[in-house]
Order: sequence, then structure tokens, then C-alpha cells
Amino acid sequence: MTEQTSESLPERPRLNRLFRLQWEEAQQAYVLLYPEGMVKLNVSAAEILKRCDGAHTIAAMVTELEQAFNTTGLRDQIEGMLRAAYEKDWIK
Amino acid sequence: MTTTQAITQPFWLLAELTYRCPLHCVFCYNPTNYSKIQNELTTEEWIRVMTEARALGAAQLGFSGGEPLLREDLETLVKAARELGFYTNLITSGVGLNEKRIQALKQAGLDHIQLSFQDSTQEMNDFLSSTKTFELKKRVADLIKKYDYPMVMNVVLHRYNLPHVDKIIEMALALDAEYLELANTQYYGWAMENQDQLMPTHEQLQAAEQVVNDYRAKIGKRCKLLFVVPDYFEDRPKACMNGWGSVFLDIAPDGAALPCHNARQLPGLEIPNIKDYSIKEIWYESQAFNFFRGDAWMQEPCRSCEEKTKDFGGCRCQSFLLTGDAAATDPVCSKSPHNNVVKEIIVRNDKNALTQRPQGKKPIIFRTDKNSKELTRVLK
Repeated sequence: MTEQTSESLPERPRLNRLFRLQWEEAQQAYVLLYPEGMVKLNVSAAEILKRCDGAHTIAAMVTELEQAFNTTGLRDQIEGMLRAAYEKDWIK
Repeated sequence: MTTTQAITQPFWLLAELTYRCPLHCVFCYNPTNYSKIQNELTTEEWIRVMTEARALGAAQLGFSGGEPLLREDLETLVKAARELGFYTNLITSGVGLNEKRIQALKQAGLDHIQLSFQDSTQEMNDFLSSTKTFELKKRVADLIKKYDYPMVMNVVLHRYNLPHVDKIIEMALALDAEYLELANTQYYGWAMENQDQLMPTHEQLQAAEQVVNDYRAKIGKRCKLLFVVPDYFEDRPKACMNGWGSVFLDIAPDGAALPCHNARQLPGLEIPNIKDYSIKEIWYESQAFNFFRGDAWMQEPCRSCEEKTKDFGGCRCQSFLLTGDAAATDPVCSKSPHNNVVKEIIVRNDKNALTQRPQGKKPIIFRTDKNSKELTRVLK
């Protein structure tokens, strides 16, 4: 089965309502919870997904995260992560 | 050589709130002697179970049964669970889910509803054409949508509905389901009693799988179709419970703490009850939860098999039911010395179908209190 990867990302990504993002004490990490499952997130994935609220544009996320981490050139990494999240149906 | 592994945290807490159920499904995995299991836990006891399991790391919580909606404190329990940080799943037939209740459940923070399609009448053949069932599910599906839950449906497949899997998918599409889980019957509890009647032929399965694949190509992302092949037809066993005492903690209506839904039937296990022990003691120290942990209990061919870390030897209940030895290799495995038992069931079943004797020798047994009492008596 071939997935379509050329689809463009949503303008203002929003977390799929099947998923819940929360801090998990037992894992010492942010996780995505969904029916019958859980994904443990690394720090950058968590910071990106926190901003998938349907309000942030991707550009706004990039600006915010670059400021937060006091760095530049994060766009590719963020878009890559969002694309992976989109393919996994985490975001709409 | 055997290895000792650290005990992992529980992840999935299944709260079987009650064995009471308005339905009489012949494929139910509940114990056939459920009628003698009474004294349901109180609201406070359930909250203690949830609090202690959450503290150990459990993150997923399933409210199941029986029909969990029969518990009037369901909303209270959902609220408590959500406040503890659980992802809360309601596994229901939808019978009893009216607007008032779904509103209260939403307010309590329920995350997810899995709606199962079952027979609400004893007329199996009427199942798919039963407008009564369809109307009920349609009403519930509309409510689920109105309250912004994803529509996730589950249908248990068997000989009688496999040939109509296209109609099942069409029904799911008509209800705007986003996910449809087509789960072939697993043979435990009532389903095991009815195995001769429920088991599909190899041909039926292949045909159904083809139909599912055709639909997948046709409908794309509109509705995700999951088709779970029955393990009797595979040559390796399922990684049952992802390993004994590894992630799954099932609390039965009476407070019995079970490493799997059917552990009660296994000989030699001392099933702990939450009325006597904390969840921590149960998970880490109880005899039952440690019984099949790791691989020290394994026999050959599992013990020296490199796949043991993948499937953990399969299902203990299946081994017990089919070989009489709960520690044996799951006979579904082609390496099992008892694999012929499974093969013979399949051959016998295909032959029965050919000779038009799908009913076998025994009549089909519906899950009713009366039948449960009858079976309890026979078992004694």
C-alpha cells in the first residue's frame, strides 16, 4: 500500500481529537494518548505538537520555537516532524 | 537458559464493571459461569483501583463488561478516571446510551467510545437485516457524532456474518464510521462453547479478506478498516496480552485481578482480589501475575525458540483449552507438538461446512443467565 506523501500540510495544524497530549509522570515525558495506545514524545516533538492548536500557522510555530530555543533554521525540522505527524493522523 | 527481566509497569487497566448485559451474544468472551459471580465492586472500590493503578503508571483505562452502561455510577467513575489523567475508553453496545447519559459522560471527560455491533435478538440470521438493531445503532451513532466523538465501530465476525462483510462495511459507511474493526471471534468463554457453530471456513475467511481489501482501495481514508485474522488460521500465535503481567491488568466485576480476561479458568492460579490486596501488591507480588512472567515457565519448543521474545509463547488460555496444559506452547504455532489439534479443528470445520452440517452436534448456546447457571452446574 502506498501512502500519499505529496499532500500539503494543513495551514493551521490541529491535534486530531482522538489524541491527547499530556505530561506523563511515570514516563517522565510528554506522551500522546489515543484509543488503546500511547506514544512517548521527545522534547522537540512535544513542543511542536503543543502548538498544533488550530491557531498557530506553521510560520508562527517556527518563529516561536526559534525564539524559545534561541536558535534559527528550525523550519525544515519542524515541517518534517509535522509531515510525519500528519501521515500518522496525529494532526489534521 | 532463562532470563529474569524487570517487571514492567501496567499500562492498560480494564475495568469490567459488571457482567450484567442486555444482550445474549454467542461469541462473548465473558466466563460462562458469570451468573455465580456477584458482589460487584462499589464506586469507592473502583476509584481506589483506578487511583492505585494510575500511580503505578497505567495510562489507558477501558470501561467494559458486560454492558458498562448498566452501572449507574459510570459517569462518576469516568470523572474520577479523567481527573487521575487516564485516557478513558467506553466499550459499549450502545444499549442504554441516550442523550442525557452521553452528555453527562462528555462532561465527565470521557475520551472515547467504541461502539460494538451485536445481536440484540436471539435470531442470528436476522442480525444484518434487523432494522431494530440498525435503528438503535443509528440513534447512538448520531449521538456519538453530535457530542464530537469519533465513530469507532467494532464487529465480531463468525461464520454467519463473514459472508456479509460487505453489508457490514456498508452499514458502517452509512453510519459515517471513521474506524471499523472487524475482529474475528476469539474462542474463549461463550465463543468456545459455540466454536463448532461460529468457526468460519478457510474459504469464507479468504473471501472476506478480499472484500475488505477491495473496500480499502475504494474508500481510502473515509473509514479505516481493520481486519483481525483469527489465529487458528495463522502459523504463529498472537503475542497474547503482550506478555503475561507485562502491560495488562483486568479487574473483574467482583474485584478479581486478572492478568488476562480468562485467567480465572486456568488451573493453579491463586487469583488475588482487590478487596484483599493493593494493586501494587497484586501487580508486583501476587502468585498469579508472576506465574507466566518472563520465560522460566516455558516448555520446549518455546524455551529455546528465538521468537519467544516476540510472541511470549502465545496464549495461556488457548494452550489450556486445547492441550489441557496452560504452560504448553500455544498449539496455533506450527512448531507446537499439539499443532495438529488446531489443524484438525479447521479440517473438521471445513468438512462440516461442505456436508451442510454447520450446526455440528451441539445447539448454539446464547449467553443467558439460565445457560450460565446450567454450564456452572455442569462444570462442577
